[in-house]
Amino acid sequence: MRGATHAKWAACAVTVALAATACGGGGSGGSGDGSGIVRSSWGDPQNPVEPANTNEVQGGKVLDMLFRGLKKYDPKTGEAKDLIAEKIETTDSQNFTVTLKDGWTFSNGEKVTAKSFVDAWNYGAHVDNKQNNAPFFSDIKGYEDVHPESGSAKAKTMSGLVVKDDKTFTVALKEKFSTWPETLGYQAYAPLPKVFFDDHAGWLSKPIGNGPYTVESYAKGSEMKLRAWDGYKGEDKAQNGGVDLKVYTDNNTAYTDLMAGNLDLVDDVPAQQLKNVKNDLGDRYINQPALIIQTLVFPMYDKNWSKAGMEKVRRGLSMAINRDEITKEIFQETRTPAVDWTSPALGEKGGYKDMCGDACTYDPEQAKKLVAEGGGLPGGKVQITSNVDTGSHRVWMDAVCNSINNALGKGTCTVNPVGTFADFKNQLGAYKFTGPFRSGWQADYPLIQNFLEPLYYKNGSSNYGKFDNKAFNDLVDKANAETDRAKATTDFQNAQKILAEQMPAIPLWYQNGSAGYSENVSDVTLNQFSVPVYDQIKVN
Amino acid sequence: MGRYVARRLLQMIPVFIGSTLIIFLMMYALPGDPVRAMMGDQAYDPSVVASKRKELGLDLPILQQYWNYLSGLVQGDFGTQIASQQPIADVIARVFPVTIRLTIFAFAFVSIVGIGLGIIAGLRPDTLRDRGLLTLTLILVSMPSFVLGFLLQWLLAFQWPIVKPTVQDDTDITQLLLPAIVLASLSLAYVARLTRTSIAENLRADYMRTAVAKGLPRRRIIGVHLMRNSLIPVVTFLGIEIGNLMTGAIVTEGIFNVGGVGNEIYQALIRREGATVVGIASLMVLIYLAASLIVDLLYAVLDPRIRYA
Repeated sequence: MRGATHAKWAACAVTVALAATACGGGGSGGSGDGSGIVRSSWGDPQNPVEPANTNEVQGGKVLDMLFRGLKKYDPKTGEAKDLIAEKIETTDSQNFTVTLKDGWTFSNGEKVTAKSFVDAWNYGAHVDNKQNNAPFFSDIKGYEDVHPESGSAKAKTMSGLVVKDDKTFTVALKEKFSTWPETLGYQAYAPLPKVFFDDHAGWLSKPIGNGPYTVESYAKGSEMKLRAWDGYKGEDKAQNGGVDLKVYTDNNTAYTDLMAGNLDLVDDVPAQQLKNVKNDLGDRYINQPALIIQTLVFPMYDKNWSKAGMEKVRRGLSMAINRDEITKEIFQETRTPAVDWTSPALGEKGGYKDMCGDACTYDPEQAKKLVAEGGGLPGGKVQITSNVDTGSHRVWMDAVCNSINNALGKGTCTVNPVGTFADFKNQLGAYKFTGPFRSGWQADYPLIQNFLEPLYYKNGSSNYGKFDNKAFNDLVDKANAETDRAKATTDFQNAQKILAEQMPAIPLWYQNGSAGYSENVSDVTLNQFSVPVYDQIKVN
Repeated sequence: MGRYVARRLLQMIPVFIGSTLIIFLMMYALPGDPVRAMMGDQAYDPSVVASKRKELGLDLPILQQYWNYLSGLVQGDFGTQIASQQPIADVIARVFPVTIRLTIFAFAFVSIVGIGLGIIAGLRPDTLRDRGLLTLTLILVSMPSFVLGFLLQWLLAFQWPIVKPTVQDDTDITQLLLPAIVLASLSLAYVARLTRTSIAENLRADYMRTAVAKGLPRRRIIGVHLMRNSLIPVVTFLGIEIGNLMTGAIVTEGIFNVGGVGNEIYQALIRREGATVVGIASLMVLIYLAASLIVDLLYAVLDPRIRYA
């Protein structure tokens, strides 16, 4: 029996050790004087955090705190307001003169000058630097020389960028692009300090910018601590002492930590918790449309779908989808039924308006009639394709098919799930689909142009359906040449009328941004990109 | 003994090469292009993709890629991650210590509590406490780790708040205890059952009767004669379990937000970071090989009849 006694002791030791963890707890600091720290959930950014290389939201959060550009989008209205830019002038919508305000510096003391911008943009565009956001500079004259489609670069800098003096530089574009200054709020256009070019590796491990925060420490894969920068002169000074971004690989775990008081802010409420979220958080839950739209794109490169008469079939399919029910039942209203090809986050001034009309309203009778008039579906069937590894894609695809089957007859619609996003992207680029496929689009800047030109303009960078319509292209050209912003917006809206007739892509719904926060913080809002406006959060 | 160890070490080389090749080929066979996936939903530039592929050597034939990888590996170069451009050696250095800490806890828990419970039950087979243990282990075996994880998290962090629900600081050993226990529970049940059966069987062996007849003290009979003979199957199981504990933590690490190997390999799989998966998996293979060698050597310690030449 001695052995057994020993074993009992061992078991007791473990129990004691377990109970001892009770002492491990601890409260978090924070008082109402603006020095409290916000603890927020984060995902490990896939790419290195640098302005021209970050194209996803997690790295974007950091850039949003670290950098300020020529313009800044108002978090409420989405309007692009001058920030570092004193003025951006043009007479012909093609050649712009940018004048900077005085007094802006990087957190290491270096002045923000015209050169800081021009060097940063040339770096971002150059093919050797392999920056993901290089295409954002492709409107500038001389882009082909630094970033040819194949082969090596012919020049080091773009000829369209010229530094006049410390406070002024000029930009020459390849073509007229009246709303180009509005794009400059995007993070890829941020200025960079000298140290970025001199000690790139050092900069990446502890980025230095000109925004309201500085990086205190960055432990890759676990946490980034950002602290309010005292020397920041802008109007949007941080209202808190800093932000700790903690990496979570599972948003359920982050939500658990929010409930337990270990976290102040989660900006992605897991789908499983949507039913409880009102009970758990009450009015500390935010759910608002983001600059994201999901569509079903038709393969216009396939004759079966693009021949004359098929526009009726495409419209018919759109009317066979019960958007209201799907967004309510499956997405618990975290999606908003689409009525155009943009997003409500643009606001009415930005051009959001019901342009789809009847074609986006559920009407099974009319749908059946239209499909029959148009000569029926190719082969009598339609197959929907999407990747199914994220975003409940499988679930809504089934629901959409169900809806189509109810309207057009059983067995009409089938789904083609693709295992991974990487594989789906490969298939997109191969242009081999024989039925409609999912396209999710997140705009880079709150601009109606960004929802239409890349997706439906001839040879647009993400025109995966190869839609090409002369009337549409002409209207986009006209809008880009317009110097008056309101007129340009109207042209883009008119261009959508053609989309409503031709229906090259069925608008499904706008994706909402969601966030939940603890009682520890207040004044939490999301901007159009569904990123929390960190600098305005107050810690109680 | 020395020759035996040397032979075993040499045998590891083909096993290592074979297993890394298989993992490498499997990653290659997965559909999708990691460089393309990195660009997300947005517009992208084919020339950037092409030059990244070229730089990373992803445009070469698969066997040449494997050769490059392996020749880098023997020089201690694990390669670079595609998207983050971090050296994979850094990634490994970041995640392995966390997992090793977690594994040490889980392993200690499995060995001490598992063997302990097995002895308690095995010495009195078919009594109430034996049946009680069998029922307990049956529950543990049949409960998936995420059920147990969420259950304990809910009970211990929300109902009776004595621990934090997730790991805030992975160097704090008290915070790692709960995940370690969840991780260990399944193997714990196996070890307890294995020990219990082995002891119950050996209690009836001839040598036990002889030892009792010789008038040896009971502590020596149980502690030396019985334990040594009964622990051989348990040690085999424990040896293999080290590897399982290290790799099998994906679910547990997710529930408790531990940034260890499981999480990293899962992320790497989703992002199609082939070199990261192969690098971590290769280390796992080495750990399995080393553990099984140690187990084999331990046999000789436990059973003097076993000799290695």
